[in-house]
Amino acid sequence: MKKEKTMIIVTGAIIGIAAILLVMLGNPKNMGFCIACFIRDITGSLQLHSVEKLQYARPEIFAIILGSFTVANIKGEYKTTGGSSPILRFFLGFFIMIGALVFLGCPLRMVLRLGGGDGKAVFALFGFIGGIFIGSKFLNQGFSLGRTYKIEKFGSYGFMAAILLLTVLTAFSLIGKPELEAHAPFIASFVFAIVVGVMAQRTRFCMVGAYRDMFLFKDTTLFFGTLSLFVVVLVGNIITGNFSFSITGENAIWYFLSMGLVGFAASLAGGCPLRQLILAGEGNTDSIITIIGMVFGAAIAHNFKMASSPTTVNTNGKIAVIVGLVVITAIAVLITKQRKNELKKLGL
Amino acid sequence: MDKVKTIDARGLSCPVPVVLTKKAVEQNPSSLQVIVDNVAAKENVSRYATAMGYNIKAEEKDNEETLLTLEKK
Repeated sequence: MKKEKTMIIVTGAIIGIAAILLVMLGNPKNMGFCIACFIRDITGSLQLHSVEKLQYARPEIFAIILGSFTVANIKGEYKTTGGSSPILRFFLGFFIMIGALVFLGCPLRMVLRLGGGDGKAVFALFGFIGGIFIGSKFLNQGFSLGRTYKIEKFGSYGFMAAILLLTVLTAFSLIGKPELEAHAPFIASFVFAIVVGVMAQRTRFCMVGAYRDMFLFKDTTLFFGTLSLFVVVLVGNIITGNFSFSITGENAIWYFLSMGLVGFAASLAGGCPLRQLILAGEGNTDSIITIIGMVFGAAIAHNFKMASSPTTVNTNGKIAVIVGLVVITAIAVLITKQRKNELKKLGL
Repeated sequence: MDKVKTIDARGLSCPVPVVLTKKAVEQNPSSLQVIVDNVAAKENVSRYATAMGYNIKAEEKDNEETLLTLEKK
């Protein structure tokens, strides 16, 4: 087997093992790793929403970014870039978060929930793949958020400094309400997530790319990462007694549509939430904007009752998902139309 | 002989460089050049081109750019 494929399988397995271990060490069940949920909790720790039980500044997010930052610097891949449709990326990030909080999970957690036997995640998976399929159609017709440029280093280093500061504040429990939310010890979260950040940077692990590359290029490399993640989580949950299968059709359509929104928006944004963290760590300020859009989305979702609870999907959440699908479709259609003309001029 | 087409994929993030390469490859050229400026794009374009039956020559430029020359096997 090719080295690339082996490495991506190893990365998927490491994320799966880290997720299982972090649950054993205290993270909520099936939430060993969830980029959207963790960003939502960080949003709460910054007092941008007021749900008291969701205010632990999760160090996993900081560690993933710092892991990517470190290895990108070592490998000479760190470059401060920006200017590729920042405001559109903000909205893509915003709606990725809305979709994720209606389903209650980013693509990563969706696979963790699947591996834990949560049947609702099956509907979400179909929606997610459908969303990526549609996004890939637009990409194939020329959709692009445009070129990024090398910019002042300060832009990305400032962000890294903020991440470092938040890491220290979390380590000493100086922000948020860590006592109200289940979580693994800081050091365990930090160390596991650093490893995930490093591996994901090296392999370009991406939950969206997994399907997108198959649709666009018949390339299964990234898909093997998702597959290995699922297998490891499934086996891990069975061994640790955390597997329990359940399935109901209730709200199935909303799980389908909300993760459809995530898949569609993330394929236009160039990658899943985890991938956005990795890119941010490489100095990509466009991805930093996407993450800020996600933070904003988390705040709005909780301040305006759009986020679901494990048993209920709120009306506001349903409306937000529909609005999101309309907005993302409009962005996709308008930009693709413009790019098609540019491609024609290039004779492509 | 046709002029060798050059695709300027600088500043474009994945998968766009690979999509542009794919569009050019669909015209079945005997050779093609792609300029990229990040490692992910370089790896992804190379992987795709290899799968499509091209040999790849990568020429590193000093300003972090790489000129990929694709030649049909």
